[in-house]
Amino acid sequence: MIGFIAKRFINYAILSAIATLSAYVLASIILNPAARYLGRNPRPSDDTINAILDGLGVNPNTPVIERLWAWIVRLVTQGSLGDTIHNTSVISEMTARAGTSLRLLILGTILAALVGVALGVWGAVRQYKFSDQAISFASFTILATPAFVIGILLMISATMFNNLLGIQLINFTGEYTAGLDGGWWVLFWDRAAHLLLPTIALALMGAAGYSRYQRSAMLDVLSADYIRTARSKGRTRGSALVRHGVRVALIPMSTYFAYSFATILAGAAVTELVFSWHGMGEMLVQAISQSDINAFTGAILFNAVLILIAGTLSDVVYAALDPRVRV
Amino acid sequence: MTERPTQVIDAHGRRAQGAPGTQAGNTPSSMPNRLLEVRDLSVTFPQPGREVQAVRGVNYHVDKGEFLGIVGESGSGKSVSSLAVMGLLPSSARIGGDILFEGKSLLGRSDKDMSRLRGDGISIIFQDPLSALTPVYTIGAQIAEALQLHDSKLSRLAANVRAVELLKVVGIPNPERRAQAFPHEFSGGMRQRAMIAIAIANNPRLIIADEPTTALDVTIQAQILEVLQKAKELTGAAVVLITHDLGVVAGNADRIAVMYAGRIVETGTVDQVFHQPSMPYTIGLLRSMPNLATAGHQRLVPLEGRPPQLDNLAPGCPFAPRCPVAIDACRTTEPPLAMVAGDPLNASACLRVDEIARGSLERAHLYPVPEPVPAAERAEVEPEKVLEVAGLKRHFPLTKGSVFRHTIGTVRAVDGVSFQIRSGQTLGLVGESGCGKSTTIMEILELAKPQAGLVSINGTDVATLSAKERRALRRDIQVVFQDPMASLDPRLPVQDLVAEPLTVHGVPAAERRRKVAEVLELVGLEPAMASRYPHEFSGGQRQRIGIARALVTDPKIVVLDEPVSALDVSIQAGVINLLADLQEKLGLSYLFVAHDLAVVRQIADNVAVMYLGRIVESGPSEAIFANPVHPYTRALLSAVPVPDPTVERSRSRVILEGDLPSPTDAAGGCNFRTRCPLYKLIDPAGQEQCRVKDPEQRPVRDSQVACHHAERIELMAAGTVPAAPNEPVAPGPLGEPGEPGQHGDPAGPRPSHT
Amino acid sequence: MSLIDETTAVDPAAPTTEVVHSGKPVSRFSLVMSRLRRTPRFWVGAVGLGLVVLWAIFGLVPNAWNYTDLDIYNMGSSPSALHWFGTSDIGEDIYAQTIVGLRKSLIIGLLVGPLAAIIAGIVGAVAGYLGGWWDRAIVWVIDLLLVLPSLFLFILLSPIFKQLSWVALIFLLAAFGWMIMARVIRAQTRSLRERDFIKAARFMGVDTWTIIRRHVLPNVSSLLIIDATLGVGGAILSETTLSFFGFGIQAPDVSLGTLLAAGQTAAATRPWLFIFPAAILVITVLCASLIGDALRDAVDPTSGANRD
Repeated sequence: MIGFIAKRFINYAILSAIATLSAYVLASIILNPAARYLGRNPRPSDDTINAILDGLGVNPNTPVIERLWAWIVRLVTQGSLGDTIHNTSVISEMTARAGTSLRLLILGTILAALVGVALGVWGAVRQYKFSDQAISFASFTILATPAFVIGILLMISATMFNNLLGIQLINFTGEYTAGLDGGWWVLFWDRAAHLLLPTIALALMGAAGYSRYQRSAMLDVLSADYIRTARSKGRTRGSALVRHGVRVALIPMSTYFAYSFATILAGAAVTELVFSWHGMGEMLVQAISQSDINAFTGAILFNAVLILIAGTLSDVVYAALDPRVRV
Repeated sequence: MTERPTQVIDAHGRRAQGAPGTQAGNTPSSMPNRLLEVRDLSVTFPQPGREVQAVRGVNYHVDKGEFLGIVGESGSGKSVSSLAVMGLLPSSARIGGDILFEGKSLLGRSDKDMSRLRGDGISIIFQDPLSALTPVYTIGAQIAEALQLHDSKLSRLAANVRAVELLKVVGIPNPERRAQAFPHEFSGGMRQRAMIAIAIANNPRLIIADEPTTALDVTIQAQILEVLQKAKELTGAAVVLITHDLGVVAGNADRIAVMYAGRIVETGTVDQVFHQPSMPYTIGLLRSMPNLATAGHQRLVPLEGRPPQLDNLAPGCPFAPRCPVAIDACRTTEPPLAMVAGDPLNASACLRVDEIARGSLERAHLYPVPEPVPAAERAEVEPEKVLEVAGLKRHFPLTKGSVFRHTIGTVRAVDGVSFQIRSGQTLGLVGESGCGKSTTIMEILELAKPQAGLVSINGTDVATLSAKERRALRRDIQVVFQDPMASLDPRLPVQDLVAEPLTVHGVPAAERRRKVAEVLELVGLEPAMASRYPHEFSGGQRQRIGIARALVTDPKIVVLDEPVSALDVSIQAGVINLLADLQEKLGLSYLFVAHDLAVVRQIADNVAVMYLGRIVESGPSEAIFANPVHPYTRALLSAVPVPDPTVERSRSRVILEGDLPSPTDAAGGCNFRTRCPLYKLIDPAGQEQCRVKDPEQRPVRDSQVACHHAERIELMAAGTVPAAPNEPVAPGPLGEPGEPGQHGDPAGPRPSHT
Repeated sequence: MSLIDETTAVDPAAPTTEVVHSGKPVSRFSLVMSRLRRTPRFWVGAVGLGLVVLWAIFGLVPNAWNYTDLDIYNMGSSPSALHWFGTSDIGEDIYAQTIVGLRKSLIIGLLVGPLAAIIAGIVGAVAGYLGGWWDRAIVWVIDLLLVLPSLFLFILLSPIFKQLSWVALIFLLAAFGWMIMARVIRAQTRSLRERDFIKAARFMGVDTWTIIRRHVLPNVSSLLIIDATLGVGGAILSETTLSFFGFGIQAPDVSLGTLLAAGQTAAATRPWLFIFPAAILVITVLCASLIGDALRDAVDPTSGANRD
């Protein structure tokens, strides 16, 4: 089992590394960091621009391979991801933003998985009954709605809700209310209130996908012979489904989790942007629009590491659930 | 259901009361000894636009401690009726009639109510032991679960202890350790033993075994049937054994019920049904089965046609379209199950039962015996060598390790196989799954240079061929696969399917059409059917299409990979006869691979028996079947059930212990000695020889045998080997856990660590 | 007893008695179609998508306004008889704009879905059938593309295709939309490869590409059709998301995404600017995925059966 997980971890680690490096190369080819300075008034001299770009390690005149090598060497020797275009270190920028993104991601994913699995099992057991049809239809509708539309619709309903109550109960712009005074408790509540809508948005999307997948995994299990065996031993249908069915139907979910995580990451980035959160998603998008190669690569690395963790985690869960892979 | 008369005589000769489905639910049975009574049971599955009547008025009973066999082909309703007894049918099924267990009705009870009875009063053993056990729980836990469900006071520890005891009872070596294993770590036979352990855990009064040995090899089947008999003795339970194999019930059951198209068409004691069958279907089934005792001496009598679809039954007897003695009345009225000769236990659903019972309709001549191919149509062939295989080897590396893969051993799937086939001859290659017979034919069919050894076709060594020559040679060797559905691309019409080998050789379209029509006619299909798709044909017809495709290039050799084992018993005979006729007409050579020894005996001139990648005995069919000299051949033959209760009762069985070991590196010596019954009877010096020296093939009597002690084979027949080795199987060095399952051929069991 | 005479030996070489008794068995295609016809989801999806497409084609005919027209007398008006979906701040007719945006989104979706399915089919079948190093290399590329969220790649590549026409977006979306399906096709092909009819073809000497073309691809075609259908919705979602953030369709072209981006700020105050295009978008994607899901149930007989 350790061997299995180690193998999968190494596989993911190599994938993440290659993904990050190719992102760096792609960004270096596509983005033109000089353009930002050319548009300035007064236009800095070519030497000045070159010096700035050299300092950042992103001068297009240096061959991409050389820049990539320098980037790797700096990462390995100094543990640095270089500087952003605003002369702050990418690492410090990331530490400032990572918490924001992680808070949303972790809460949203856990919530999505719990709700999705529960709804999926319920839908499969009650196949074609009203509750199943309702869950299915709701899932399809959510899956057919882009993340940003969900975010905006949630904001519209929150506004209407607030207007109805006459007080600002649900805050949704940014992560916290700027300049709010008060004790630790007040600040905590403020952040929690701001977290509410984005988390719901992300969890809705995740839960819709998970519930569809869990439903079909559960349907496969429903007709399995071992459910019949469990019933023939003296279990009722319901108890056989819970004790033997759900346990087995969770196995494919653990693999699906790894594959769906990239989608969740993209969804989280969109959600951050819609709710004006200063998270990693915003950093990534801003980096591209500002042609900031170092910041972009940093953001991609962050995502790659998350996928590495999520993938390994799902393999651990997989091995824990399925004795057949424990070698 | 509509045509059935209201007055029905049930299996025990009483007149059933009232119209079907209206019987009082809780009438206590008059017979105190009666355990289960099924009265006029009907099961209907509503489907969009139609209704499938899987069971149509079934009556039978089981007395305490009795062994009832229910026999029927696929779709006859035999499994559905037993699931109805367990209350495990899908909720969409509509059930009529009544089922009484110990005098109390089981129908209409809640799931909760039924679950108290299931596993306690009645338990069931399912067909496929791989899918019937939950993959994520240990075997021990699954047995303990059955115990705790019916005894809430039983502690987990006590349940585990009892689970280990049960595993020991069903003959699993090392039960303490094996209780901790997961189902995938068990071989098929061991899983089925575990299923039996679960079934007998709470000492049920009735055990239903639903095709318990169908997925298993014949030597394992013999073991499981032994265990089942032992379980019956231990618990005193009655057993209902459901099977398609008449041989399996012949030696085990007290009474038999034969099902056809959702009804019982004949019932009686074993001897009555086998020796004086009175329903034409039973007669036909018995005549069409290749039988180890009679095979090879007489042509099989095919039972033409196929069972009716159960969603749209025509009025009248459902067997009438296939019945050679059907009269007009058979096509209008469905005959009730009526007593035969006043015996309350013997009944038959045939209008002409009296004529058959009296003998005015002779059983032996009910079905026309097909004529052999006239001498004028037989092809004359020179007895030249068409296929020669010498020292063929195929080893697979057995890899382990997830991060760094390394080879830890070798799977010797094929380990030095030699044989030859002359034109117009058939070689039967037999062995259990995992013996390497499939790998052998795949190696031959690749027409590539083998790892070691020689494959030569028409005197040409295939290793020396260029790609072009190889393609040209493929005309001469063709293959027919086991499953006719899987071997025909469902997306292509028959014309294209059959013509495919010709397209490879660039035959023009007009010529292809002519040739396809010719071979279709040859296999007994109408050339007009060439535009249809495979799904429009029945199983037997599909296999004929597969045979037609193999013949379209006028090959010299046809490799037949289990060509009839996927077909229903009644269909098999027709295909076997066809193959025999084609051989005579066209002078073909067959390499016939099968696990069913009776089928092989029917068709093969020579036989080679494989075990763990080696041929252990080969020779003329007559000699091998009459007088096998290798202990494995002898055990294999003795494990095959014969559909004749008298023969079955008088036979003494050699039951092999344990499972087929994994074909990894043998530790030197004879690789059969771990299971060899003869080995145990040999003096220490002889045993030493078995341990140290790998036996070479050598001629003994009429066959080639790879055994040091073949001359002393009579030691086994002397009865010194107990016929019923009920003691737990000794753990051999190769029977240890961790071996790959013995299912599938060694091309498969390379452990995948992906 | 005279009947025994009828049953004299028949010619064994003509065992054609084994003919089909019951009605003609249905082909796989008609079976799928009959299952589809019984699925309400399919009808909802098909009728819905049909109406949306018809509306996109003919919807502008009765409307007085073109999507470039500016009604300077009715700026920011709510839905009325004159402007059915209201107008924007500068007097654009939202109804006309929605239809034009919908057309673009539909074209993109209807092209990208099948295109991605074709790539998935070829790549998956090649990887699955050939196995070995081909397989390993392809799976690696697929995994790599799955690790990098494609949205980020689209954004990164946006500077390039911003300069090209919106047609370039079609190829870009297709180029990154085939991976998950290719894995499914690959798995399916691997099991097909072990099926006897493929083995039979190999032993007849049929060459690899003919086997893939003649036996593998037709047998995974149902999966590809499902994928193409589901891909339509997926592509529309990707396009709108990109356009919403300004990385997709560029002005003066209009798509549902750019329309939603324009209406976003006013979403709470003048909801018609946002709600109408959003609703059309959701309905379109929903219908496409309902069809795809109904197809999947119809093709896979085990996925829709009522079992317990």
